Amino acid sequence: MAIWRSGVFGGLLAGVIWSTLWYTLLCVVLIVGSGSSIKLEIGPALITGMVIGFLNVKFKPNNVKIYFIFGILFTFLLLNFFSFGQPFGFQFPLDHWHTIISTLMVSALIFFSIYFTVGSLTAGLLTRYFAEAFYTRLLWGLGLIFLMLIVIIPFYVMIMTSLKNQRSLLKNPLDLSIDFSVGPEKLFNSYIELFVKYDFLTLLLNSAIVSMVTVVITLVFSIPGAYAVAKLRFPAREWLSSSVLLIYLIPAIILVIPLYSVFSQLGLRNTLFGLCIVYPATTIPVALYMLRGYFAGLPSELDDAGLMDGLTRWQIIVKISIPLAIPAIASVALYVFMIAWNEFLFAFMFLDDIKIFTLSRGIVSLDSTEVPRQHLMAASVIATVPVLFIFLWFEKFLVSGLTSGSVKG
Amino acid sequence: MEAGKPKNLEGILARREKKLAFLLLSPTFLLVVGIVLFPLFANFWISFKPVSLADLRPPTILIKERIKGNLTQPGEIITIEYRYRNSSMKYSLADVVFDDEIPKSVKVLDMSQNCSIKESADAKIFRCVLGNMAPKERGKITLDVLANIPLEKENFEFSEVQSDFKTTNVLTSFDFTIANYMKVFSASEFIKVLKTTVYYTFFGTAGALILGLFAAQIMRKAFPGRALVRGILLFPYVAPVIAVAFSWVILFDPFSGPVNAMLIELGVSEKPINFFGRRVTSFSIFGLEINFPVTLSMVILFEIWRYFPLSFLFILARMQSIPSDLYEAAEMDGATPFQQFWFLSIPHIVGILSVLFLLRFIWTFNKFDDIFLLTGGNAGTRTLTVNVYEQAFAISNLGAGAAVAVIIFMFLLIFSIIFIKFTPRDES
Repeated sequence: MAIWRSGVFGGLLAGVIWSTLWYTLLCVVLIVGSGSSIKLEIGPALITGMVIGFLNVKFKPNNVKIYFIFGILFTFLLLNFFSFGQPFGFQFPLDHWHTIISTLMVSALIFFSIYFTVGSLTAGLLTRYFAEAFYTRLLWGLGLIFLMLIVIIPFYVMIMTSLKNQRSLLKNPLDLSIDFSVGPEKLFNSYIELFVKYDFLTLLLNSAIVSMVTVVITLVFSIPGAYAVAKLRFPAREWLSSSVLLIYLIPAIILVIPLYSVFSQLGLRNTLFGLCIVYPATTIPVALYMLRGYFAGLPSELDDAGLMDGLTRWQIIVKISIPLAIPAIASVALYVFMIAWNEFLFAFMFLDDIKIFTLSRGIVSLDSTEVPRQHLMAASVIATVPVLFIFLWFEKFLVSGLTSGSVKG
Repeated sequence: MEAGKPKNLEGILARREKKLAFLLLSPTFLLVVGIVLFPLFANFWISFKPVSLADLRPPTILIKERIKGNLTQPGEIITIEYRYRNSSMKYSLADVVFDDEIPKSVKVLDMSQNCSIKESADAKIFRCVLGNMAPKERGKITLDVLANIPLEKENFEFSEVQSDFKTTNVLTSFDFTIANYMKVFSASEFIKVLKTTVYYTFFGTAGALILGLFAAQIMRKAFPGRALVRGILLFPYVAPVIAVAFSWVILFDPFSGPVNAMLIELGVSEKPINFFGRRVTSFSIFGLEINFPVTLSMVILFEIWRYFPLSFLFILARMQSIPSDLYEAAEMDGATPFQQFWFLSIPHIVGILSVLFLLRFIWTFNKFDDIFLLTGGNAGTRTLTVNVYEQAFAISNLGAGAAVAVIIFMFLLIFSIIFIKFTPRDES
């Protein structure tokens, strides 16, 4: 009756899904990697998957290692058998050995995925618990692959496009492989041109300067403020800490017209100095909010002890609170740096002079029909690499920074 | 109040503490007032003013100096001509005066009535009083001089012409209008913009939240390489918006984009789909005509893609703080995985979900960069925020742009009130 709860059905389902998925993915990778066209014939893989799924439900091995080797080889043989020795169709462009290696790879992926998904599943009707556990495993694997794919593909395309030239881009948009044979100079042609012709070094420097000044100003302003809100008693304290959050909800687009008008008339608009005033104003509320939480968590006894020993409040902040809050300050600094580095709207509205462009502003100016696509992507890579590098390097700090009070974006 | 008497030590300490707190907060306070609160107020002000982008360049008088005559020949008459013009098309100038320094050695023969020469020890100043000037008004003033030594052009032109005048600055004048609001509300597309904004905000927020929940549920399970995968999953959020937006545009490009090429290659679609340029596609299911907004959906997908990592991070943090013995107990009682999720995880994370939804809703509502970079607000993706830019900078009507910004602010005010009312106290 409840067919979805039968073990054999589960095995077949896992087989169908995983074989189709891995086979299609491999075909796509081959199409993208070789730039040639492959006709998608799922049939053989589908049957193979069903057989493997069924067998995995039926047999529970004693010696796992041997079972794995036999399983993979068996999958490989089945794939070849059902496709008459041509697992990727007859017009497959690769030579013999590549075909064998690709087929072995996809066999291993199909076999392991089915094996782990099926797990302890047995033939016959399953209890609800085991049925759900099985579907959870299936969904888990699929979900993980799905998430990784959607996250990575745009970045992959970004990098690969930046390494192409105009002709090969138009000839075959699907060819996303790296052609090492052209030599490094041709390969990195877009990057070289950006630095030589478009002066991207200046842009990088401008972005770095603005971001770092923003970090410094933000910290200098928000550390004392956060300390005051966290540790000192004064009227309107509660009101202040909640209004900080409200200010945080005000979008830049509301501020841009008045700031544009006023800064134009003051002559601050087309300057990096102007950006260095505006950016901290948008980041200080967040920074204050994040640091306030951290300072409030530090025991007040430390401050009291410092007061007893004759330290002034300033000395307490500098000698006790800041050293203790270094992790929080680091995460705030990184977060603020990221915001400033990625900021687009104000840079776009304020800067007209190409000499003081930040990266965001410079990349927008590349978005025209005269500039080839691969330059735009190379510029995007240049803007992305520093943040991703910092992010991966300091991931622990940044993640705690992201979660401690920032839902902004 | 009595500072001199240390009778009430605690009072003094409290007062000192209060003073210090205000001192520590004052830099932040000043900056926020200047860059956030003042512009908010200024936005209201501008929204009631007939200001266009061109008005930001304040009206001024433009003066061009031209020298005629043979300078190298002493004894010849040299004519200096000043052509002046009011740069503004709309505003008049009042009390216009200009000065120019001329070589000390020359002798003035003739000049216009309203001009005079002022001689001091080291310079000869030529000054003209032009009085009031209507918009666009232009004119010419000439001055004839006689030189008794050979001169060069440089002798006349070395000094800049100095001018002084009074004018009205549109931004600070008391010239108000409600035309901006009339224009914004009566525009036929205003309802459409509002609808687009609601769709975008709602589906973008809900989608990112659901995908984030899904990702958190997946990442809860320990597996080799989990830390790395978690880092990669956050890429869309930490990368610069400009980079990822353009890579999406190129990915889905109708002519040279890999996605379209792949769809055609695999036989899914016959001709390329213009994902970021096609307003709607119509198809019928069971005779029901459905207009599917293609570009709007793509923009929403981008929003979900870019911001699911944030929801994921928050939800995962909350999930990991649920004591694991709860799950062990549930397991003992025979609760199935779905039951554990529904009756154990969900009740624990519902608080953070609602806070995230409200905050993300507000932020998605405020979002400008993403749509602007992906479509520029074309193909049925113009939201309120893009409309601010469109009105103020594309059509150059600052006043109308400010009016839209005020409308956004009003919505935000409502959302914030809801937010404050419904936020559980302990979650932040």
